[in-house]
Parts: sequence; C-alpha cells; structure tokens
Amino acid sequence: MVDVRTIEGRAAPLPIENLDTDQIMPKQFLRGIDKSGLTQGLLHDLRFDREGNPERDFVLNRPEYENASILIGASNFGCGSSREHAVWGLLQYGFRAVIAPSFAEIFFSNAMNNRLLLVALPAEQIARLMEDANDPANNQVVIDVQAQTLRSQSVNATFDMHPRHRKMFLEGLDNIGLSLTYQDDIRSFANDHWRRQPWLKDVAALTRKRLDA
Amino acid sequence: MFPRTFYQKLIDSHTVAKLDEQNILLFCDLHLMNEYTSPQAFAGLYEEKRGVPMPGQNVAVVSHIIPTHPGKMRVIADPPSALQATYLKKNCDTFGIPLFDTNDALQGIEHVVAPEHGMIRPGMVVICGDSHTTTYGALGALGFGIGTTEVEHVLATQTLVYRVAKTMLIRVDGRLSEGVTAKDLVLAIIGHIGARGALGYVVEYSGSAIEALSIEARFTLCNMIVEAGARGALIAPDKKAIDYVMARAPDIAETWREAALDAWRDLRTDSGATFDAVHSFDAALIAPQVTWGTSPDQVVAIDASLPRIDDLEEGVVRASGVRAMAYTKLTQGEAIEGVPIQHVFIGSCTNGRIEDLRAAAAVIHGRHVAQGVRAMVVPGSGSVKAAAEAEGLDAAFIAAGFEWRNAGCSMCLAMNDDVLADGVRCASTTNRNFEGRQGRGAITHLMSPAMAAAAAVTGKITDVRRLEINHG
Repeated sequence: MVDVRTIEGRAAPLPIENLDTDQIMPKQFLRGIDKSGLTQGLLHDLRFDREGNPERDFVLNRPEYENASILIGASNFGCGSSREHAVWGLLQYGFRAVIAPSFAEIFFSNAMNNRLLLVALPAEQIARLMEDANDPANNQVVIDVQAQTLRSQSVNATFDMHPRHRKMFLEGLDNIGLSLTYQDDIRSFANDHWRRQPWLKDVAALTRKRLDA
Repeated sequence: MFPRTFYQKLIDSHTVAKLDEQNILLFCDLHLMNEYTSPQAFAGLYEEKRGVPMPGQNVAVVSHIIPTHPGKMRVIADPPSALQATYLKKNCDTFGIPLFDTNDALQGIEHVVAPEHGMIRPGMVVICGDSHTTTYGALGALGFGIGTTEVEHVLATQTLVYRVAKTMLIRVDGRLSEGVTAKDLVLAIIGHIGARGALGYVVEYSGSAIEALSIEARFTLCNMIVEAGARGALIAPDKKAIDYVMARAPDIAETWREAALDAWRDLRTDSGATFDAVHSFDAALIAPQVTWGTSPDQVVAIDASLPRIDDLEEGVVRASGVRAMAYTKLTQGEAIEGVPIQHVFIGSCTNGRIEDLRAAAAVIHGRHVAQGVRAMVVPGSGSVKAAAEAEGLDAAFIAAGFEWRNAGCSMCLAMNDDVLADGVRCASTTNRNFEGRQGRGAITHLMSPAMAAAAAVTGKITDVRRLEINHG
C-alpha cells in the first residue's frame, strides 16, 4: 500500500444534507462480485439524466471541476445502506477525501478502512470551504494527514483523527493481520464465553442442522 | 459495582482486548451475510489465504436479489445477480458456513429469518453487512451493520475492531391509540430527533409504551432507529422476549433453560446508571405518520400538512427540503392526507412479519384495491408466508385485489426485478424513502401496514382511523 501523507487537489461542492449511499452508488451497480467497475455508478442519478446524458449543471460534469479529488459535503454524509460500494466508487472516480460537518457511522468505518479520508469540521468552516469550492479559480485544498491540518483559500483548520486511523493512512495497516495477532486471546475468550453460555456456541450451524432434520 | 447501562454490560462481556482509548476487539456471537456485501470479503480471504476459524457462528441468506413472483421455483433471471447467489453458495460450501439458499422453503429476508428460528438470543452481539441489523435489539441483542472490509475481518477473526458508542435513552410512556403502531412511533421519533439525531449513539428504549409492545412491534422500532443514525438499539429482555426466544430455540428451552434465565436477568440498565442523552415521548400524543420527503425524518402526522419552506432552517437544511418537495412533487403547506397513490408495497424487514400482514388484512376485509392502484404483499420469509396462508390471509389479500408474492426484500431496495417506474407514487411499509430507492424517480411514502392497506383501498393517502374495520 502507498502511504498517504498529503492530499491536494480541486474541491467540488455537494451541498446535499443526508446524502445517502443509495444516491452515492445506486442499487443497479451492486450486482458485481468484485469491487471494480463502479466509476460510472458514482452519484449516477445526479450525474446523468434519464437518457444517460450528463446533467450539464451538475458539479462533477462542469469542466472546471474535472479531476476534483476532494468533495465538500453536508451533514450526515453517507447515511443509509451499509454498502461499501459507495466508498469504492468515490475512490475509483478519483476522490481521496470528503470534508463535511458529520458522517454516518458505517460509511465512516468503510471509508477509513479503504483510506478514503473523511474530515469532519464545524459547520461554519464547511460553509467557507463550500464558498471557496464554488469559485473554480480558488478551489484548491491541501490536507496534511501527518499534521492533521487543512488549508483552502480562506480556511486554515486543524482536524481530529484517531491515532489508529492516522497510522492506517501514514503506514498502511492490515487490520485483519493485526487482529490475528490476538488469535489465542480470541480462542480462549470464546471458550470461556461458551462455557458460561453454551447456548451461544455454533448457533447458526446447530440451527441449520435442526431445520434440516 | 459501578452501575452500568445494558449497552455497557454487553460491551464488557464481549471485549476480547482493549486496543486503545476508544477501540476494543469485540467478539461477535453471530455474523449474518447476504449475497451482495459478502463476495468481495470472501475474495479477500482467498487472496490472503486466510480461513474462517468459527464457521458455525456465521450464516448466510440470499435475500436482496431474490425474485418474488408467485410459483415454486425461484430463478434469478439477471445473470450478474444469479452469479452472486452462485458465489455465495460456493463460498459457504468452501468454509462450511450454513446457508439459506435461493430455493430454500424458509428463504426470506435475513432479519426476518434469523430471529424466527431462534438464532437471535438475548445478550448476543450480532452483526451483518446490512444497516438494518439494529433490528435484534428487540430481543436484547446488540445488532449493527458493517461494511464489506469488516465482513472480511469478522470471517477471519470472529471479532471486530469496534469504537464504543455513546448511550441514548429513548423513553416512551403512555399508550398508543387505536390505529397507531410501532411504525408510527418510530417515524415520530425520527421526525423529532432528525436523521442524524442518534449519530454516534446506541439507543436503549424503555417505558410503559415499549413494555406494552409485542416483539414484532419491537423489531419494527429497533429496525428503523438506524434511520436516525443510531449505531444500535436495545430493549431489555422481558418475559415476552424470553418466551419468544424459548419458543424458537429448543436447545435452550430443553437443556439450558435455568442457566439462560439466570444469565438474562442481568441484561438491563442498573438503577443509577446514566446515559449520554435522553429523550422522552408520550405515546398517547402520536398519530399515524407519513413521510412527505426523501429522508425518513421528513415526516408528518396524517392530519398535518407539509412544512412551509420559511419554517425550515436556512441554508442546506432548507435547500434539502426544497429539493425533497421537488422530488416528491408536493408543495409546502399541502395536506398529506388525500395525496393520490398508484402503488402499495407491504413487506420488508421493517414490516414484513405476520403481525404486519394481519394488521393490513384487517383493514381490507370487505373492501377492494382502488382502480388504477397496484398493490403487492411480500411476506418477510417463507415461514411468514406459510403462517399467513394457514390463516387465510393470502385469500383475503387476493380477493381484495392484492398480489400475493413470494418472500424477499423485493421493492424495499428494488435490487431484484420489483422496481417502480419513474414518477410512480407508492405507499410503502419499508424503511427508506430516499431518492430513487424504489426505482429512479419513484416516490415513496413510508407508513404502517394498516395505513398502506388504507391507501390501497382508497387510492390515496388516508387516515386509517377513518375507516371502519370490518372484522371478516
């Protein structure tokens, strides 16, 4: 994995509250068995009209926002369905970061696990970032992950990031590999847990067996 | 010992290791999987040559893509979707994971199938690559949704790296009035606290109104609180919950009854424990609810009107309200009652259970689906369907002009071939009214099964309390 120390690029404003993952990646693009091929699906119904032609007014279709790599969103960004396809689609399209006042929980974990950086900032800083992003001449944003700072034309901010997530961005981190170092603890936890509550062991397998009998 | 909330007890009893100030390694008792959020996780396992150490704690259900057309054999016509089902079977076979496959008689929605066969037990941690896993709070189990990367993590380790949430108490006292259901209650709660009102929290419900609810009604309540951003829901298991589980889990009832009862006695918030946030509601003040917009918090009582634009908070909130009204083709200040509908969908993991079908059937006796309306009933599982047929509900629905379909997620997500056309307005018992959720340009109004049935027979959004119930 390549480390992500800074993210720098053009920001696109998307001022839609409660932007749900159904809109970020509609259902018809969830039929794959791998993660690929999601670029076309990203924000599909906002980007394309019913005939499949680009909606000319939509921010991502305007030439001045071509190659935008940072999205400025509104509150509760990524709410709704747990589909990780929404995150894969944003990355495949070329986004590296989303900045918004708040993010939905599952979306937040999904994004960080895929190293799509989410930055939560107070509403008034988002409002200024949104204004900067509205002016294509001045819509560069620079995010320093190491220093946890963010800079645009009129915003100079620091942001919170959990040390665990920061490490994931700076060093790349195999979460599963790390958790597997606890393998013995997990096994002994489970044995103790099941000794006290035997009705929790192999619930799925035993239920399936009973229903098949 | 320091008084703890029910949530804190569940977390404490499932912590394998403390990773840092915020995160723990959380043991997962049961992991449910479906066909569209799991294939990439299995691919990751193959790539890293990792195994599934505890396959018996995992189960998979083909639920979102399954066709619901009447008939014995279920054939998934869409090749990519059929491939997802094939892959799920292959992956489950490879790792020895139990599966409810496409043509299983017990097939249905994962969140309906799991509890009805006794797989959800008080005190469990249950996870699934689906946001509505919060449903299981109804039985005193902490359930929550995860993404695909986390599905892979659970398969490989039976644990999750989990950030401990804040706690919220939602207290509901008083009695729900005649014609008002758990669906109306949860919609009213979401309308009040907002689509991000519970963001970062696990919600515990309590109060006399919650105690009075059936387990099925509690499923509805816990299922939908994720629409307020909640990371989980919990209701302390009482006699009703315990009876529900004992009736469906013969292993506990026959072998471990006393030990289980003993363990479950402590599954409640200690007196003196505090929550990070508290909301209180009076059940008696709640009327049937209907959503008018494209977010579940854009909701009003059936006898109320859409908000006025000027009353919405200036800025993005107002812009979103304007956008939602444009999408749903409704205007500010307009009454919600009387809006004509063309489609009715009764089903989903929110309201596809037997009690929901009974409630809808009670409204249609002696009536017929209005002209120009297409109405569909999709039971939540094969068992729900069989139970409904044993009671004659299928005949009642069919006689009234409804389509009686096979079980599945169907038009809730519209990932199968049940999709609404552009501009069609639907009275729907599902959990999401997002733009395009039931089909591009389709308009969804969320409501209870009884309200959806009332809309079906009148052809418009109707206060079910105005319809006389003809007991058939």
